[in-house]
Parts: sequence; C-alpha cells; structure tokens
Amino acid sequence: MRLLIGKVGLDGHDRGAKIIARALRDAGYEVIYTGLHQTAEQVAATAIQEDVDAVGLSILSGAHNTLFPKVIKLLSEKGAGDIVVFGGGIIPDDDIPGLLAAGVAKIFTPGTPTSDVIKFLEEEVAPKRANAR
Amino acid sequence: MADSKKPAGGRARWEKETLGPHIEKHPERDVEFSTVSSLPIHRLYSPEDVEGLDFDNDIGWPGEFPYTRGVQPTMYRGRLWTMRMFAGLGAAEETNARFKYLLKQGQTGLSTAFDLPTLMGRDSDSPLAEGEVGKEGVAVSTLRDMEILFDGIPLGEVSTSMTINAPAAVIYAMYLAVAEKQGVPLKKLRGTIQNDIFKEYIAQKEWIYPPEPSVRLIVDTMEFSAKEVPQWNTISISGYHIREAGSTAAQELAFTLADGIGYVQAGIERGLGVDDFAPRLSYFFNSHNDFFEEIAKLRAARRIWARELRGRFGAKDPRSWMLRTHVQTAGCSLTAQQPMNNIVRVAIQALAAVLGGCQSLHTDSMDETLCLPSEQAVTVALRTQQIIAEESGVANTIDPLAGSYFVESLTSEMEKQALSYIRKIDDMGGIIKAIERGFPQREIAEAAYAYQKQVEEGRKTIVGVNKYVAENEEVPIPLLKIPPEVEERQRARLAEVKRTRDGKAALSALHDLTAKARTTENLMPAILDCVRAYCTLQEMGDAMKEVFGEYRETSVF
Repeated sequence: MRLLIGKVGLDGHDRGAKIIARALRDAGYEVIYTGLHQTAEQVAATAIQEDVDAVGLSILSGAHNTLFPKVIKLLSEKGAGDIVVFGGGIIPDDDIPGLLAAGVAKIFTPGTPTSDVIKFLEEEVAPKRANAR
Repeated sequence: MADSKKPAGGRARWEKETLGPHIEKHPERDVEFSTVSSLPIHRLYSPEDVEGLDFDNDIGWPGEFPYTRGVQPTMYRGRLWTMRMFAGLGAAEETNARFKYLLKQGQTGLSTAFDLPTLMGRDSDSPLAEGEVGKEGVAVSTLRDMEILFDGIPLGEVSTSMTINAPAAVIYAMYLAVAEKQGVPLKKLRGTIQNDIFKEYIAQKEWIYPPEPSVRLIVDTMEFSAKEVPQWNTISISGYHIREAGSTAAQELAFTLADGIGYVQAGIERGLGVDDFAPRLSYFFNSHNDFFEEIAKLRAARRIWARELRGRFGAKDPRSWMLRTHVQTAGCSLTAQQPMNNIVRVAIQALAAVLGGCQSLHTDSMDETLCLPSEQAVTVALRTQQIIAEESGVANTIDPLAGSYFVESLTSEMEKQALSYIRKIDDMGGIIKAIERGFPQREIAEAAYAYQKQVEEGRKTIVGVNKYVAENEEVPIPLLKIPPEVEERQRARLAEVKRTRDGKAALSALHDLTAKARTTENLMPAILDCVRAYCTLQEMGDAMKEVFGEYRETSVF
C-alpha cells in the first residue's frame, strides 16, 4: 500500500509523524511524507497525485477539529473519498467521536505504539483498499 | 599505616569478596542500566571515578569561573529561582486573566505562550490561521492585543518572558510600545524574548525567513537592546525543544551550546564587542525524567559555556561567562494515560532543575497531553515549585550534590560528550553549516526513533503506557476547551483595528520597513514605528519577507 503522512496546518511538531513514517516504511509500506506547513488543499492534492491508499494526519496544535474534516471533505469533493484518512496528535477523547463522524477512520493518541498503526493498516485498511482497486 | 579494622584493597576486593558471591545468588534486575538517553550507568561510583578532577579548576566556587556550582555566590539562599509559569490561551483578555491569577497564586515572573498563527507571523484572520486561533497560546496580531494582554500589569515591576522566535523582533517591539504607553522607561524593563532561530530549524520548526536574514534580525535586537533595554535578555538559547523533538541529553546540551556559540560569532561579526552583548544571552533547558542526568547536564552546561566564552571568544567580563538558564519540565515525558501521574513526574523533574541550579523554572501541568492547562492543573504545578522551595530543604545550601562521586563523574561525562559534538560542528564550519547539512536534525530523528523502539520493546518503561496500564481508563480531570467564538472575536477586533487606524501612516511605515530591510540598518526603530501605527504582525512580517524570502525545509525522516 502507498501511504501519505501529512503535517497539516501551521503545527511544526513533527517527532511523532516522522516516527510513524519511518516505522511504516520499515514495515514495508511505501511512505511519502509531506513535510511541514501543508494546507488541507495541498495534502488532498498530494494524496491524489501520489495515488495513495491512506493518509495519516498529525496535529498537535489543537486545530484538528477544523483541519481533519477539511481534508476529508476535499478528498471527497475531488472524487477520492475512498482514500482512508487516519490521524494522531494532541486530541482529547471528547473530540474523537466528532472526528470519526466526520469520516476519520481512526485516531491514535499519545502513547500509541507504532505496531497499533501497522495493525490497523493491515487489518482494517488493506482489505478495504484491495476491494476498491 | 593500615587500620586493622579497615578493609584494605578497594573496589577489586569488594567485588571479589562481597559483590561477587551476592550476585551469584541474587542477580541484578537487568543486564544493563542506562539513563533515559541510553547513557550507561555503572553499579557504583567511588573516588577513582573522579580522580582526574581538580576541585579549583573543575568544580570551584559558586559565583566564580567556571560556575559549575552555580552562577550566583549565594544561589537560592540569596534569592529563590523565579517561578515563571508559561501561560497563554484564547485572546488577550483570557491570558491577561490567567497572568493575574498566577501572580496572585505566587508566581514571580510572567511567561507568554502565543498561538500558532502568531508564532508563525500570521494574523488571526489569515486563511492559514483557521482553527488555530488561541488554541496553543494567546493570539496577538496588533499592538491593541498586546495592550489588553498586559492591561493592569505594571511592566516596570515584573519581568516577562515571551516565547516567540521568527517574529520575535516585532512582538518585542509591541511590548516596548506598551511600556511606552505605561510611561515605563525602557531601561527599567526586565524580561526575555526566546528569539532563537537556530533551534527552530533544528527542532521547533517555527520559521519564516532563511537563516541569514533571521540572524540579522536577532543581532539587530541584540544591538538595539544593549543600548536601549540593557536589562533585557535578548535570546533564550534553547535546548528544551531539541530535547522534546527526541534528542538525548548530551545532544540537547551540545546542540544548544553550539547554537550559543553561533550567536556569539554572529554578534562579533556585526562588530559588537563580546562583552557588550554576551552578558544578556540566556539559556533554556529541558528537565526530563532521569534525575541525575539532568542535574549533571546543567552543571556541565555552565562549565562548558564559561570556558568557551573566556577561551574561544576572549570575553573579559565575568557576566559574559555566566550561563543563566530557565528550565521547563519535559512535556514529552508526560502521558495521556493516567494523567495524575504527571504531577509526580513534574515534581521529580522540577527537583532536578533546582538541584541543577536553574535561575527560573516552569512546571508543566498534568493535563498538557490533552489540552492547554486548566486553572486547577496549573495551580498544582505552581504549588510543586513552592513546596520544593519552602518545604524540601534543598534550597538551604548551594549545589548540594557537588562532590558526589556519581554526580561529578556524570557531569564530566556529559561535558565530554557535548564537547565531542561541538568539535564536530566546528569542523563542519559552525552551526549554520551543520543545519544546512541536516546534521542535528538527523541525529535527533535517529535518537527519537531509537527511543520509540526501546519503549515498544519494553526496554524502557513508561508507567501507565507500557507497564501498569489501566483497563478502560476514564480521564478524571476537567479539561480546558477554547471555544470557536475566540477566533470570531479576534477577527472582529483585527477588522476594527484596521478600520480605525491611520491607514496612510501604517502603509508608509510598512514601506519604510521594506526599504530599510534592504539595507544593513538596524530594523528595530522601523519596526517600532510600524507597531505604533497599528500595523499587523503579518503586514510587518510580509514587508520583510519581500526582501528576506521564505525558508523551505528539506524533510528528513
């Protein structure tokens, strides 16, 4: 599977995103890392251009309620609504239901082992993407 | 003459007669013991571990070169460290209330956290600010916000730290303009701007311009302050963020000092005398979990800096040799799981900072892995410092751990490792070249990944996360929420400022700033003129961006 790891918004905290990107690459996935300070439009465009199966978004600045749904909306508008979007960062539990309702497949909060992310991709995303292609 | 009652033969004898037989029956808990930075720690430290140390030259006396034991002769017996809680939320009025609350609860210095748009030099109504306004700190777009932020707070009587980097010169100018309005002479102002762009490229990633113009702005603030605001700390050379990004303690120490060396070089290249500005360079370190490693790190920092300033740069003023530091407990060590455990972590980290001899301290709140600190959480964090100061007794004597075989040995080891990195960076041509090559960035990414693997493989324990995990945990603490109304309020205020200001004067001031940016003139006066005309943060930033350009990072992961 091809994966995009994206830092959307102004947030420059990239320790987690880089660790996830590297762990997924080490696990055998093709991983593209967007780098910092991407707009939602840029992330959606890159996801489509790179023909990825899933996008992992990282936000630690508190802007997740605005920006995660925005990326999903843009993907959907461009006909790429089948790309799976997951996310992580500083996200209070209270916000998770709203994000899931907006279409985020899964939220990974601080302390999540990278193996959980890999498991999610293997067990929940890969089958979906195999059907879609 | 050997006393017949005293055992002879030292360590080897002990290992053979007592330790060996014991270990055969009772093996140690682990094969290897190491710090959180993976620095190996020996079973025992004894006189032979500090044999090479010279008391007068290496350890010395408080308030005297090389300041290993502290920069002030009486340290906390004379004055406690400043209890300076980092605070910022919502719009200026919310943060003003939090400032006043914290001062009332006994904190002794102010520290300002700005929101992400402000940190990145964007106004609250910028498209990129959507969803971000007031979420990570206070939103400041114009002098009007700054006036509200410090309303009712006499700037001549408090010291204020402002965590701002890329737009630091502008925010600094806003603070000075508020002081002007309050009638406080600039010479009376005390405070700090973080203003450390090197570590942005390395770790925190809050930049606007490329390195050269960014350094120009920093030296402009140094030059301006040396004359006009002599009590102001113009840079808070930071290791905190380098550590938060995943570096080891030795890397934090090394890269931060290398940054400091870079700033001194930049000042000298401008033509300033080192003793004219070096006394007002300050530092900012992290205090992470490994208690003794952090204490040793701070003691080593002072010793290295003193030697570099006197040796490498020939500084003559003792104040140039003194490394004064703020410390913040490690945000990255806190857990979202069982958040009340974070109170304990912070207490231990704060104690290490005090035993390490910091001048100023911020203690994290228990809920910071979830949101900005609630009033309840930040109060506990402040009380942690007050209890250490008033009840624990550690402030009764100076540098209590000096002479410990372990602590002195560890201090020397930290110094050795840091110097090795500093020499490497010297060989690369200095910190700017090292940053361009991606050297510190790669070291940090490697260290962060290695640590994550250690945690996931159970080789490093995080209580509540990979050991002593609670099933079906419910978060038992109140969480602070920043309502979306804050963003609307900020946009409205900004619109009003733009409507009511003298538009022609603002535009003229901005054009002047752009023109001056093309020269080598110190930009602080032009920035101050823009600020007084109620130009916005982004307008001023863009006026300079026209000349300076924008920085683009080549990401390594």
